[in-house]
Order: sequence, then C-alpha cells, then structure tokens
Amino acid sequence: MSTEASQVPAGTARAGWNLAASGGRMPPIRAMKLPSIVLLVAWSVIPLAMTLWFSFQHFNLLEAERHFSGWENYKYLLTDDALAAAVVNTLELVAWVLLITVGLGTLLAVLFDQDFWGRGPARVLMLAPFFVMPTVSALIWKNLLMHPVNGLFGYLMQSVGLQPIDWFADLPLTAIIIMVAWQWLPFATLILLTSVQALDPERKEAARMDGAGPFSMFFFIIVPHLARSIGVVIMIEMLFLLSIFAEIFVTTSGGPGNASTNLPFLIYRYALLDFDVGGASAGGVLAIILANIVAIFLMRSLSKSIET
Amino acid sequence: MNRTLRRKAITTVVAWIVALLIFFPIIWMLLASFKTEIEAVATPPRLIFTPTLENYRDVAFGRANYLHCAWNSIYLSVGSTVLALLIAVPASYAMAFFPTRKTKDLMLWMLSTKFMPAVGVLVPIYLIFRDTGLLDVATGLLLVYTLVNLPIVVWMLYSFFKEVPPEILEAGRMDGAHARDELLLLLLPLALPGIASTALLSIILSWNEAFWSLNLTGPTAAPLTYYIASFSSPEGLFWAKLSAASTLAIAPIVIFGWLSQRQLVRGLTFGAVK
Repeated sequence: MSTEASQVPAGTARAGWNLAASGGRMPPIRAMKLPSIVLLVAWSVIPLAMTLWFSFQHFNLLEAERHFSGWENYKYLLTDDALAAAVVNTLELVAWVLLITVGLGTLLAVLFDQDFWGRGPARVLMLAPFFVMPTVSALIWKNLLMHPVNGLFGYLMQSVGLQPIDWFADLPLTAIIIMVAWQWLPFATLILLTSVQALDPERKEAARMDGAGPFSMFFFIIVPHLARSIGVVIMIEMLFLLSIFAEIFVTTSGGPGNASTNLPFLIYRYALLDFDVGGASAGGVLAIILANIVAIFLMRSLSKSIET
Repeated sequence: MNRTLRRKAITTVVAWIVALLIFFPIIWMLLASFKTEIEAVATPPRLIFTPTLENYRDVAFGRANYLHCAWNSIYLSVGSTVLALLIAVPASYAMAFFPTRKTKDLMLWMLSTKFMPAVGVLVPIYLIFRDTGLLDVATGLLLVYTLVNLPIVVWMLYSFFKEVPPEILEAGRMDGAHARDELLLLLLPLALPGIASTALLSIILSWNEAFWSLNLTGPTAAPLTYYIASFSSPEGLFWAKLSAASTLAIAPIVIFGWLSQRQLVRGLTFGAVK
C-alpha cells in the first residue's frame, strides 16, 4: 500500500521524469498552486490578525464607543473565575476522553483483529458512532439514555435498587466525557486496527515460537508496534477535543454554573451572548496558543511521513 | 471441539457483545423513532410495541422544515466538496509531480491552517459575515466549509497522486499530451478511486460540522446539525420525532462512512497511517 520510501533529493525531478526528454513542456505549476495558497492565506491570516487586533480593544457590540485598551481584556479574562473553570474543564475533558478512547481502542483493535465469525459486520457496527453528527449524539444521550426520569440508564439503575443519576445536572462534565468518548472510541479503534493489521505476521509467529503468551505478546510486540499510531491518534483527537462545542451547546449550555463550560463555549458566551468582542478575542488568542502547542508536536511527527 | 475452534467461538461472542454495546445507542434511537411519543418516554421502556411511521411522516412533511434543512445539508456538503476538489486537484498535482524545495513546507503550512481552532476566529468571521450580509446565507457557510476542508483534501489527493507512477504521465507527455490533457485524461482516471474517497471524506466532515453551522446560520440556511439542535429546547420533549429526524439525518452519512472506512484512516490521519 505504501509508496516506495526511496528519497529523492528535494528540488530534483523524480526518477524517470525527464523534462528535457519530454520536450520540456512544463505545466504552469505556480498558477496551479496559487488558488489554494491565496485562499488559505486569506482564511488563516486575516481572521487571525483581526482576533489579535480586537483582543486589545474595548469593543462591545452593544456600545457605540470602541477604543484601544491595551491588556485590559486579558486582565479581565484572567481574573474571571469562569476562565480558570473553563481551562480546567477543557483539560479534564481532553485527558479523560483520550485515556478512555486510546486505552479501550488499543484493546478493541486487537480484539477486532482476531479471526471470528461475522467480523466484517461487527466492525461496521463498532464504527458507526463516529459518523453520527454531534448534535444527534448529544440529544440521544441527554434524552433517551441519561434522562433521570424517562431515560434508559435511570430505569436500569432503579431496577437494581439504585437512585437514578441526573447526569447533566449533577455530573455534567462526566456525562459529556462519556458521550464524547463514545463518539471517538471508534476513531481510535479504526486507526489502531489498521495499524495492527500492518504488523508482520512473521514477527508474531516468531514471538509465539519463543513462547510468548497473549500478555507478553500484547505488551512487548503489539503495543510497541502501535506506539507511533497511538501518538497520531492522541494528537489528532486532541485537536478536535480542544474545540468540542456542539455537544455542550445542546446539552448543558456550559452549566450548571460553569461546571461544564470549556474554552470554546466560554468564548462563544463572551462573543454571541455578551457581545463582548474584545473579551472573546482575548479568549480566542488563548485557545489558539493552546492548540498550537499541540499542533507543533503533531506537525513534527507528520513531517516525517511526507514523501516529496 | 478443537482448541482453535473454541477460541474462535469465544472471540466471536466477546467481539459481538462489544460491537452491539457500542452500537446500542443507535439501536435505541431507531426503536424510539417507531414508537408513539407516549411510548417513547414510558418507564419501564417499551420493548414490544406496534411500530408506527407517524414520526417519519411528521418530520418529513410537518411544520418544522426538515426537508429544507436536508436540502441545505446536501447543498453544503456536496457543493463545498466539489469546490474544494476544483481548487485542490491542480495544487496536489503540481506538488506531487513537480516537487520543489519548498513543497514540504508548503504542505505543512497548509495543514497548520487546519490546526487553528475555529473558536479562535469566531469573532472576526462572525463580524465579516454580519457586515457582508452572509449570516444565515447557505453560500457563505459553503465557502467556510470549503476552506475548512481544503487542507485535508489537498493532503489526501497528494498522497493518492503519489501512487500514480510518473512514467505513465511521462509516456503521455512524450506523445505530446498537453498539461491539461495529461491531468484530465491520464491522471484523473487513474486516481479516480482516490479522488472518490477524498470526496467522500469531505462530504462526511461537512455533513457533520456543528460549530460554524450553529453560529453562522438561522432558519434559512440551517443544515441538519442545526435542525436537530433545535430539539434541545425544553418546551417540547418530542423524543420519538427527535429520533426519527436523527435517524434520517445520520443514515446517509453512516452508510457513506462504512463504504469508505479504509480510506478514511488515511484522510483522518493526514496520510500518517495507511
């Protein structure tokens, strides 16, 4: 599947691609790349510059006055209790979902790699939650499953004599973590399964000949083989998990209080509910910084995988 | 019963239980969509009931304009995908077959735009849309989706184009094919499966996008993600209708996803895992 790893020095045409021999008719490569570049520059640089600019302004859509205010917005943001709560919630959400999806995902990848009857259909069922749009999964979990009176979980708890939990009122962040983990478990499993399948069967056979049991096989052969893919899964999930929004928007609206407010939701609240453009922009800058820290690591590992 | 067979039987049972548990919320939603509203909220939950298609009829032809939102979803996901492909195919072709010293940096930079959190630019995009009259206009959202997915589309196409042997294109070139013919008549047919899976991924991502759609649209341009979110209002607990609407909203994309799972791995990991 993978292309040849032969590295051709950058700047030279690829092997067998002799322009002189072909009459030297070069396609307009610059012009072909230009639209993508121009659009992405416009899309990334302009809004970014505007966010940065707004973050230093006193700018509320409800007030006529708008002026430069230095670090005012940042000071206000950093003293807002909601920010500390939002940062902690964001990190908790990311960390727990990663732990659950990567941990279970590794086990499930090995499980679904085994030979069993109906493997194809079982994989298909396992994969489905990943394709469910966020607003749908949020409402299914909130109403049909986790509703304290009419939900299935409440009924199950009651039928074994327990008090039903009002998930989104009493344990809002936990409820969101469970729901988001359900959405992302198939992703982790799918990527890791693909990676497990690429493991050389001879290596497994050799380990088995040397007397490796299932546990040492898992920890000394499979997990090390998966290390790189696990890294990729963690980083990609992190980028998406840092910007979870719709799930919170339709279930708890960040509440009660700030109990389930994460950074994206806090910024949304500043911007579109309080109309505080300056404050929201300062929050946006923080979110960008956070995402970039993650992105740097991901880019570094991806840059090894490009073959030019 | 020999050992391998027993092992296979045990694996089958365990794996199927796990798969069904993961799939369960979707089954539960599917069941609720065929219940009446009263049955849908009944405790203990009804497992035996007379299935009704009423909810589907209500959703499709009722007051809440499901069909309008479904159309918006199709327009947005297909439209933004076509547009992204038109922009990305030439760029990926140029980078895959005529790499320069800067190609790698360019690729990484394009990808890095994907890492900008949407919420970080929510305010400027919202204000630009408000001032240019694009709020709640489907075509405005279509442009956003195109730009959001463009880096992934470029990356995926690039990795598929890399698998086309350049010798084939070169042969065509020797026979005097112009760059345009080379691209349209030689490369595109060869890379068609790759282009198709790229398109599929782009459609899936746009269909399920729920940040920009919730923030930039209203009743006119709302796609299905927005439509479903409107069921969250506390006044109406229409669980059966919600379930029917949800089933209709996710069915096409779940099927698309199943069809393209193998290629998805590649797209979703930006080619890092194949």
